[in-house]
Amino acid sequence: MKNYNYQEGLLINPISNGTVIDHITGGEGLTVLRILKITGSTSECVSVATNVLSNALGTKDVVKIENRELKTEEVDRIALIAPNATINIIRDKRVVEKKGVEIPDILVGVVHCPNPCCITNTNEPVMSRFSVQGPRLICEYCDTVISSDISSYII
Amino acid sequence: MITVAGLHLKHFISVRDLDRSQIDHLIHRASEIAESGADQEPLKGKILGLLFFEPSTRTRMSFESAMLRLGGSCMNLGGVEVSSMAKGETLADTIRVVSGYADTIVLRHPKVGAARLASEFADVPVINGGDGAGQHPSQTLIDLYTIHQSMPLDGIKIGLIGDLMYGRTTHSLAYALTRYQAEIHAISPKGLGLPDSIKHDLKELGCEIIEHESVEEIIRELDVLYVTRFQRERFPDPAQFFDIAASYRINPTLLEGVRENLILLHPLPRVDEIDPAVDRLPYARYFEQARNGVPVRMAMLLEVMQ
Repeated sequence: MKNYNYQEGLLINPISNGTVIDHITGGEGLTVLRILKITGSTSECVSVATNVLSNALGTKDVVKIENRELKTEEVDRIALIAPNATINIIRDKRVVEKKGVEIPDILVGVVHCPNPCCITNTNEPVMSRFSVQGPRLICEYCDTVISSDISSYII
Repeated sequence: MITVAGLHLKHFISVRDLDRSQIDHLIHRASEIAESGADQEPLKGKILGLLFFEPSTRTRMSFESAMLRLGGSCMNLGGVEVSSMAKGETLADTIRVVSGYADTIVLRHPKVGAARLASEFADVPVINGGDGAGQHPSQTLIDLYTIHQSMPLDGIKIGLIGDLMYGRTTHSLAYALTRYQAEIHAISPKGLGLPDSIKHDLKELGCEIIEHESVEEIIRELDVLYVTRFQRERFPDPAQFFDIAASYRINPTLLEGVRENLILLHPLPRVDEIDPAVDRLPYARYFEQARNGVPVRMAMLLEVMQ
């Protein structure tokens, strides 16, 4: 597969208003959209560039979402799979806010527990809750540990 | 989720929520109660709600006995089949409702994390009486109390034997013993050892687990041997189950040459793990352990209700 150098030209057009998520781990751009619950049936105008050459990361993905400014709690969910991502909020073609992502200490309703016997996998009115301990996520209800393939457990 | 005010906890959900001083305090309180009983019916007029969604003999009866000895009363759920759960009510709603009827709730439930959830919806203290393969903190406190009756908990050499993959009592006990720098030997057949995630956690807590497939190779060095049941349903081949159960059975011959102060514990019920001939030996403490359920649970009830 040929890699395109994002730095050398405009692979995708700039946006006037919205959010640009840069420095996503290469190949995870579509997962980021899934986490943000942006699908083909939602109204946002979205551009995705995958496996763009990056000095820092080797390859990276870039996602641009027009007319939607992501909130902190939304972007922090991204940190699970793209810890180096940067979020740029664009207004009138200018970057008005630039921030990194930070994995919260507690993830509520972000990943589902892989333990079928966990109380969070029933009809109880409760969301999953995981504490983040380094690279591991630990269910606060049943102590089940997720240590790999985290993206497959994202709700 | 516990509220700590001094040593007063609002809920008992997991032994992992308790630090050493809290465990020591409960053991001390249980010792006082065992020696001199409780003062003047301290829980007179209080009601304990027993919500058992799974069968239980020892846990339910000893909580009931503990509450009656403290002067309080008990209210039972009755059978799950006649409860509102049978109509599809959530546990969360049941807990909200029963919070208005009882001053404390003891919950046993087949789903892991049920007690944690209950504590989030209850207006009264919740004590976990066992949640699926999860936690059973009162059993662990009874285990620690029984060991403490024979020896100081610090630095003991303990062997955990049986189905360590799925056994909640061994997991909880191992976590609690990390507070006492115990040397833990895990004795089990291949495939039924402690889960990697638990070994990892225990290591993080400063306790490196030493694993064995044979009890003979370590039993003479132990202070405590904690025996648990192999569950037949874990073995697809019945012949394999009988072979393994027989090779891990504790009998008088196996106990020749063990330390004089060795104690044998078992959360009960036992099936064939311990030869009945062992019951008469000085090492056997499992029936005493079961009886200790009452003073330990009295201490727990006083802790959350007084």
